[in-house]
Amino acid sequence: MTPDTFIKFGIDVLIIVIKIAVVLVIGLLHVAYATYFERKVIGHMQVRLGPMRVGPHGLLQPFADGIKLFFKEDLIPEKADKVVFYLAPVIFMASAMVNLAFIPFSHNFIIADINIGLLFIFAIAGIGVYGIFISGWASNSKYAFIGGLRSSAQVISYEIAMGFSLVGVMIMAGSLNLTEIVRAQENSIFGMYAIPQIVGFVIFVIAAVAETNRTPFDLPEAESELVAGYFVEYTGFRFALFFLGEYIAMFIMASLCTVCFLGGWTLPWYVLKVLPFLQHVPGIVWFLIKVYAFIFFYYWIRATVPRYRYDQLMSIGWKILIPVALANILVTGLVKILL
Amino acid sequence: MAIVLRKVLSYEKGLEPPEIVERIKEKFPEEVIEVTESKDRISVTVKSGRIIDICRYLHDDPFLLFDHLQDLTAVDYLKKKEPRFEVIYNLYSIRYRNKIRLKAQVPEENPRIRSAVPLWAGANWHERECFDMFGIVFKGHPDLRRILLPEDWEGHPLRKDYPLKGPEPENDWPGYIEVLNKAKELKEFEWEG
Amino acid sequence: MDQVEKIFETRELNVNMGPQHPATHGVLRLVLDLDGETVVNVTPYVGYLHRGIEKLGESLSYFQALPLTDRMDYVSAMSNNIGYVVAVEKLFGIEAPERAKFIRTMVGEMSRISNHLLWLATHALDIGAMTVFLYCFREREWILELFEKICGARLTVTYPRIGGVRNDITQEFLESLWKFTEEFPSRILEYETLIDQNRMWLKRTIGIGVISAEEAVNWGLTGPTLRGSGVPYDVRKFTPYDAYDRVEFDVPVGTEGDTYDRYRCRMIEMRQSNNIVRQCIEKLPPGPIMADAPKFTLHPKDAMFPITHPTKEHAFYIDEKVCKGCGMCLRACPVKAITGEKKKPHKIDQAICLQCANCLAVCKFKALKIVPGGKGLSEDKLKELAQAPLPEEITKAKEHLVEHFTFIKRGPRAPEGDLYVATEVPKGELGFYFVSDGSGKPYRMRVRAPSFIHAGVLPRLCVGHLVADVIANIGTIDIVLGECDR
Repeated sequence: MTPDTFIKFGIDVLIIVIKIAVVLVIGLLHVAYATYFERKVIGHMQVRLGPMRVGPHGLLQPFADGIKLFFKEDLIPEKADKVVFYLAPVIFMASAMVNLAFIPFSHNFIIADINIGLLFIFAIAGIGVYGIFISGWASNSKYAFIGGLRSSAQVISYEIAMGFSLVGVMIMAGSLNLTEIVRAQENSIFGMYAIPQIVGFVIFVIAAVAETNRTPFDLPEAESELVAGYFVEYTGFRFALFFLGEYIAMFIMASLCTVCFLGGWTLPWYVLKVLPFLQHVPGIVWFLIKVYAFIFFYYWIRATVPRYRYDQLMSIGWKILIPVALANILVTGLVKILL
Repeated sequence: MAIVLRKVLSYEKGLEPPEIVERIKEKFPEEVIEVTESKDRISVTVKSGRIIDICRYLHDDPFLLFDHLQDLTAVDYLKKKEPRFEVIYNLYSIRYRNKIRLKAQVPEENPRIRSAVPLWAGANWHERECFDMFGIVFKGHPDLRRILLPEDWEGHPLRKDYPLKGPEPENDWPGYIEVLNKAKELKEFEWEG
Repeated sequence: MDQVEKIFETRELNVNMGPQHPATHGVLRLVLDLDGETVVNVTPYVGYLHRGIEKLGESLSYFQALPLTDRMDYVSAMSNNIGYVVAVEKLFGIEAPERAKFIRTMVGEMSRISNHLLWLATHALDIGAMTVFLYCFREREWILELFEKICGARLTVTYPRIGGVRNDITQEFLESLWKFTEEFPSRILEYETLIDQNRMWLKRTIGIGVISAEEAVNWGLTGPTLRGSGVPYDVRKFTPYDAYDRVEFDVPVGTEGDTYDRYRCRMIEMRQSNNIVRQCIEKLPPGPIMADAPKFTLHPKDAMFPITHPTKEHAFYIDEKVCKGCGMCLRACPVKAITGEKKKPHKIDQAICLQCANCLAVCKFKALKIVPGGKGLSEDKLKELAQAPLPEEITKAKEHLVEHFTFIKRGPRAPEGDLYVATEVPKGELGFYFVSDGSGKPYRMRVRAPSFIHAGVLPRLCVGHLVADVIANIGTIDIVLGECDR
């Protein structure tokens, strides 16, 4: 190994480390302000103001919350399985964080541009279920137990529907690499796959809500039934880890939706044709706008609809979403072959 | 799914209350002790022996149809009347809009009466409360336990000889003492700022 | 399969829901036996909020027991007050004047609206619709502010009095209430936009907690919970009290007897109540607000004003020679201004004293003296002034005060007999059963609380459904545990 290659290797590592740092900071700041954003959005939808006290318009509220959670007493149930109890939030949080590495934020900003990015995200998200399930098991509480069971059943069922809904995208793009998928969309007729893959898009949105345990599919943590579901026994910073994990998972789902259906950091060509000056705006801006629009949609749903019952949730997943997604794959494949 | 708006003006006129009393007297001549007229309705004082038969008659007879048990409770007439307890049934007929009150006499030594749960399912909790507060035992009740007071409570508070003031702290209900001791124990963890 | 079951023994999961649980509307405790998500058995436990209101009622005079009724169903305290007052009036054989009756009908219906709003808010929140909760509280707040305008209290109002109401209502209040009634129907539409035809709401409520008409009557259900099953039993129509026979309203009746029908019934009932309030405002007659029955009703307090009015500069002083040290005044003092040991003359700390005259009323030995214009004077000066004869105005007021005190404490002598009077509170039929032995206190006071009976029907509604439906069922029967446990 010559010194030249060594330096080159060192620079590469440095760049990756810087990227990781940037993504982590963005990720955590996102979570902090996603909670603020949520409370403000839902507050205004519910004719109230949301946080207003800490800082101007409550802008420092997330930090106050963080400090509070950090200094809270850490309670562990006497009969909990201690090791697993400690491990669960870490698994949950870590699996959510790892996914940030595969999201292409812009055409040259991605930590790990691997060929099977889409598949990898699914694999890692699957590990997150373990965090939920073992937290429910280790707490040695019946509420947490039911919450954990519900969650694992729900996440597994909806993961199938979500995976199937993305198969159409894979067929159209001909790749599992997320950057490739975005590039394929840029060159397609519609500029984004949300239009030709509208069925897949709708299924994905529904499944994404269920996958992240948000209303109307927030059964694992349904506060009126199970109090808080699988993390009912967690306090202080362990609770915060679950909380962070959930918001990062939301961010991942929103990013995945943006990348696979909304064209990632690109704008459709017809928009650029009408408004050519928009191409000077950096891609990451479009990416974040799309992601936050999707997250806003999450909040909007939460403020609007009631919660499904467990059996209804399951029947929607298995009886409607999966068959429709399968039909979608079939149609997409046929169209691809015929054209 | 469909909601109907009802004016609820006309209704079938049933028997006049005195007539109902006559019928009860006719059917159960041995049982009726006294008939009094209160401000709201006629009360019939009966023996407790065949109370379930009287209730069944009032509940099932097509001309009476007392289907709504408004209230079931007891009154303690300590040193005022013999026998000591009266179990009160306030009945209402939704169809005929008739009211009647049954008072079944229950003696102090053996406070037992047949349960009305087979006729009115709603009597279940009323009877449990009656048992809780007066110590009257309802025979044939599916689940006769204390309801408002803790399971290990002693005494029946609505009896007139139950003291109005609580006992001295050391003789109080064990559950309460337990809580007090626990509070004392936890005092040392209190934050002193 | 049998082989498998032999090896892996299965049993129901026993879940303790409550008394601290976000969806049990207070301190209801349900022990659920679950087979997976299906409820096999439900055992409700109540009594965590038992305060012995029936026993207390027996040891308080009819006047004194009125505030207890606020504490039963604290969500619609006004209706509970009215229920008590109507029953006691019937026992005494007195009748409230027309104006008072219309005012009571009006505030009773306001209370019904506020109760149904809270019910809808919590029921929707239990099912997961969060925004309805806050929308409902916006209007409930409005009503509570209107209550505050009438009587100064928002929650535990104690506004109706035996024989009438506490104070007359103002034109200003009527105008703001009218504005509310004009605005309110459009607000109901807002809630309905969110949930009425929402597929998820329908899926969660239709066919849940079905109870047939016969069975509902058999279980003793009343109010909208019964009417959802199709029985038009409404005490306001069947045995009208107050001014309900002079206002027009319809009784909404469901057909299926499920959670959705009960929800619809209550929504329509809110509109009907709104109409009743409007009619009451239109028809409100002039006249007195208190029945003319001095033996049974509280006397006007104007005569006591020379003593009790806060602007009067009195001082109170205990005559050491007369005071026996019984400690009555010590206990009556709300600010603990009176100190002293038993059997020794007590002393008033003038710096703390509020001049409320409570001690004056309880003193049996006439040791308490009023010193007009004595505020801020020294102890010796007061002692000197206390011997001087009092002005006539104050002597009269003092007599009146003591009389008033003893009247409330002893209570009005009720005629002997017993009676059961039911009124339609928002939750159902609230009945008071009184046995009077001719004294100022009821010999037996029994409260038939609708929440108590409705909580009893929970096992019947829940068994066979899922856990989530238990929550929907707790919401649909509309219980408040303060009333249930009494």
